[in-house]
Amino acid sequence: MKVAVVRFPGSNCDADALAAAAASGADAAYVWHRSTDLGGADVVILPGGFSYGDYLRPGAIARFSPVMRAVAAHAAAGRPVLGICNGFQILCEAQLLPGALVRNGGLSFVCRPVCLRVETDTTPFTARYRIGQELRMPVAHGDGRYVADEATLDRLEREDRVVFRYVGGNPNGAMRDIAGITNEGRNVVGLMPHPERAAEALLGSGDGAAVFALAAAAAVA
Amino acid sequence: MRFRARVRVMPRPSILDPQGQAVAHALGELGFAGVAGVRVGRAVELELEAASADAARAGALQMCERLLANPVTEDFALDDVQREP
Repeated sequence: MKVAVVRFPGSNCDADALAAAAASGADAAYVWHRSTDLGGADVVILPGGFSYGDYLRPGAIARFSPVMRAVAAHAAAGRPVLGICNGFQILCEAQLLPGALVRNGGLSFVCRPVCLRVETDTTPFTARYRIGQELRMPVAHGDGRYVADEATLDRLEREDRVVFRYVGGNPNGAMRDIAGITNEGRNVVGLMPHPERAAEALLGSGDGAAVFALAAAAAVA
Repeated sequence: MRFRARVRVMPRPSILDPQGQAVAHALGELGFAGVAGVRVGRAVELELEAASADAARAGALQMCERLLANPVTEDFALDDVQREP
């Protein structure tokens, strides 16, 4: 099981993502954003951070990094791709996921633990959870408010493509409390909260660890 | 020939603009009456080498569509394209 954690200039959750993947038994390695291949990875993770300083819009410039062609091809082949926080923003900018992430409703940067509900277990990254299971993990973002037009939101719900919802409080004003979604093929998942920062009890919560149960991910894909 | 193009990128009216709301609130606090609404967007100035104003405009439009505006959340306007001396 090979996992590629893509590093963009400004990624800052790359080491945590790599550690979480390695802890689940994966052979995890970094891939620099200038690379044109993913080193034979089975699973790709776009980590959190502030790629290109969030200039223009979060993810807007990173989506044109050379590695994104390889990521798009990996996704098109039905193989697993996970975008966390800035990684989610990049996936939306790259149109590998629908909608967009805009400035938090309350304007302030929100950095605190939140409660999430698992809405579907049929993605590579939620196969180890139960539908309805509630997870505690942190958010840390200024631009995490998920928006899309009503038709897109309806379609996401109809097709069971909302992966995580905020419960007990929505930290950013996301439409329909959406914290994470998947694509039509169900192999690309993006979420704003940070499962890699809740991947072992020592961090205050181990609820995110199962996102990185990547042997399951490759098997589902 | 060198041209300067000015692009305005604004959040869609259907998208809540918390920055605009915060600015409207601050203006009210400062005593400015009659501010019915504020929206905050972004202005981009492009300096372009092109054979003609039309070519510069066409290039700028493509840049807006590809990168400068997010088609999901923003509208853009190419305000003007002027020949630079």
